[in-house]
Amino acid sequence: MNLTLHVWRQKGPQDKGKLETYQVKGVSEDQSFLEMLDDLNEDLIKGGKDPVAFDHDCREGICGMCSQVINGKAHGGQERTTVCQLHMRSFNDGDEIFIEPWRARAFPIQKDLIVDRNALEVVMQSGGYTSCHTGGVADGNAILIPKPDADYAMDAAECIGCGACVASCPNSSAMLYTSAKVAQLAVLPQGKGEAKARVKNMTEAMLDEGFGNCTNHYECQEACPKGINVKFIAKLNREYMKSMV
Amino acid sequence: MILDGKAPTGPIEKSWDKHRFDMKLVNPANKRKFKILMVGTGLAGGAGAASLGELGYNVEAFCYQDSARRAHSIAAQGGINAAKNYPNDGDSIYRLFYDTIKGGDFRAREADVWRLAQVSNNIIDQCVAQGVPFARDYAGYLDNRSFGGAQVSRTFYARGQTGQQLLLGAYSALSRQVKAGTVKLHPRTEMVDLVVVDGVARGITVRNLITGKLESHWGDAVVLATGGYVNVFYLSTNAMGCSVTAAWKAAKKGAYFANPCYTQIHPTCIPQHGDKQSKLTLMSESLRNDGRCWVPKKKEDCDKAPGDIPEEDRDYYLERKYPSFGNLAPRDIASRAAKEQCDDERGVGPGKRGVYLDYQTAIDRVGESTIAERYGNLFEMYEKITDENAYQRPMRIYPAPHYSMGGLWVDYNCMSNVPGLFVLGEANFSVHGANRLGASALMQGLADGYFVIPYTIANYLAGITPGTIKEDHPAFKESVDQVEEDINKLLNINGKKTVSELHRELGKVMWEDAGMARSDASLKNALQRIPEIRDEFWNNVNVTGEAGEINQQLENAGRLADFLEFAEVFAKDALHREESCGGHFRTEHQTDDGEAMRDDENFAYVGAWEFKGVDKEPELHKEPLKFENVKLAVRSYK
Repeated sequence: MNLTLHVWRQKGPQDKGKLETYQVKGVSEDQSFLEMLDDLNEDLIKGGKDPVAFDHDCREGICGMCSQVINGKAHGGQERTTVCQLHMRSFNDGDEIFIEPWRARAFPIQKDLIVDRNALEVVMQSGGYTSCHTGGVADGNAILIPKPDADYAMDAAECIGCGACVASCPNSSAMLYTSAKVAQLAVLPQGKGEAKARVKNMTEAMLDEGFGNCTNHYECQEACPKGINVKFIAKLNREYMKSMV
Repeated sequence: MILDGKAPTGPIEKSWDKHRFDMKLVNPANKRKFKILMVGTGLAGGAGAASLGELGYNVEAFCYQDSARRAHSIAAQGGINAAKNYPNDGDSIYRLFYDTIKGGDFRAREADVWRLAQVSNNIIDQCVAQGVPFARDYAGYLDNRSFGGAQVSRTFYARGQTGQQLLLGAYSALSRQVKAGTVKLHPRTEMVDLVVVDGVARGITVRNLITGKLESHWGDAVVLATGGYVNVFYLSTNAMGCSVTAAWKAAKKGAYFANPCYTQIHPTCIPQHGDKQSKLTLMSESLRNDGRCWVPKKKEDCDKAPGDIPEEDRDYYLERKYPSFGNLAPRDIASRAAKEQCDDERGVGPGKRGVYLDYQTAIDRVGESTIAERYGNLFEMYEKITDENAYQRPMRIYPAPHYSMGGLWVDYNCMSNVPGLFVLGEANFSVHGANRLGASALMQGLADGYFVIPYTIANYLAGITPGTIKEDHPAFKESVDQVEEDINKLLNINGKKTVSELHRELGKVMWEDAGMARSDASLKNALQRIPEIRDEFWNNVNVTGEAGEINQQLENAGRLADFLEFAEVFAKDALHREESCGGHFRTEHQTDDGEAMRDDENFAYVGAWEFKGVDKEPELHKEPLKFENVKLAVRSYK
């Protein structure tokens, strides 16, 4: 199939970017979206032009590196799918496709489709852990965790930290991301001891980093490639309230 | 030269405990005076950096991704082994040790494998304490499942994302140390050289992937935890950024590269769809429990829909060739058998490089819903990639490069032959021999990071004075100048071929001539072709853009340049090893029924190569392998 792409090009963080239009021809429906972009880049290089810079790594939907807004939807809008797992059979011959980077104040653009997601790191560093030491911990079966709790923790822990939740939120909120870690550790006995400090510190870090607040649009849940549920945001709010009393 | 792994002597059961006592310690007040550089933040690097930081060392950690959480350990699916014996089914440290030695086809160092089995139990406890949500039963106890190469259930798992959860555990420990100020992270930073002064590792040169700036970092010790090199085949299950670069830069500065020809080709991956494919996706090996592998008996049937090929015209080749093991033949056998059928022009699907994995018999026997319960998520993933429903039409699978057992040579302390340079996880060669068992990669990464390097590095640091050589030493400037020269060279070739075109060419040679089955002739052909491609690369590659900016083409070009040198040593190792063992299969060395034939008399050693320069013969150093606790035997699949 032949496609018309409108791709966000921006040389550096301080430069003004704009959409450039490219034609790609002979795309196979079995190709992944990123392989289609690889083709475009091969053409650009051969034409002596600078290829489009985009983040990607594992190409199997788990590393969370890829970060593109396709036709206005983070990761392209297909249910539980990252950009690297999006395949060209979802498109039709002659389609026009708009490709943009994550857009959020907390994620400054570095080049083309690459953004700086360090703000997510800062949130995690502010408390997304249990303060256990290496070695000297109890036997794994000394702490019993009923299956429903283990499953709940795992549902939250599936987050890949891509930032699609932020990119799709009208407020650029990182509540889904933050809540997933808070909820995972709050439900487990290992994490309960520090639950109050954790939720307080992570929430503060989230606001300090320039992420907005949740106003219940649920766009994050729609965009999340791992299907993280907004119920964890409710849990975050509840944990936050609990930390005050 | 005969290499000494410095493994402790005496009863193996006491070897690690005794060694821990024998090693020197660093006083708590002195630890902060030592700076340790950790390259790579996967399971080994992340766990190592966090643990060393917690001990009080001054740690700096580097990764090329934008976050430490994205290292490719995250993609591991199945699980992690440990000798807990929770199911009461007869497991023990000794059994895990024995299975690992045997699974590796008797080409690993006994003491290292014993230690791995011993600390495996601590790993599970550590991960639980971090909040890793392992699968549990309704009573709240940890759940186990079975995996290949073992008769006990010793695999712990977190759905199909065990690697992700373990890495996020290590990442959380690392984040805690970043907050505490003991670890400084350098994301989007790639190591491009090792700095060695008077034969001792003293630091690294890195490229900041955002600004393009070359930076020098000194360290009292340098630890590489930089993963494997199977992207030398171009198409593999590795992430796009996985490369041999860090390890190869160390090799060019004198570190020996051990057993580079030991690579694991995983039998169940989704086949290539065409020439434009960028990577391959693994499907869990558990699928072969209920699936039957077949190809058409007649070439002319290959284009027919599988449902139109009658039973009598199908060749269930694994059942035919290995009647007692059938579809559950071990990884290396199953992979080679699939290749043979396709070489015989009876492969199916695009490019005819695929075989069917058929569930119809199992569905008829237990029903579709049971199959869905067992493998539903894998069928879903398969459908997402291929757009085919595997309940109705057999899956197509093909083997793909997955893991490298070879790596930089290290002694029992995980230190290379270059003092001050340590190597952890997949990047070293130590515990998997010539073949790795499923669910053992995660175990090794975390063992090395949490429970080995924190002890063994102290033994080295206790004998040196901290901070004697810093960035102002001329060796750092020399290194930066050299890297800069190479980068400028790459940017000024302005040839006609792209980096990925040349990488594909290298991959094709490596796959066809040094892949699943190798022969004297094929390896000699590879050794002729690799320098030709390397010459073309340095004369005809087109790397666009500039050095001082984000330049992904330049990153890829640098990695390919290293693969093009490394590939030659890889092929030489495969050519010299005149035997078949584990993942290394030489067609000349097989039994009448196609099984690998080891030659223990002549090849029971680790082959560690010293790189002497491009176009020069590398020198082979041998570390003899002694088996005092496990009897050497032929692995039988009958």
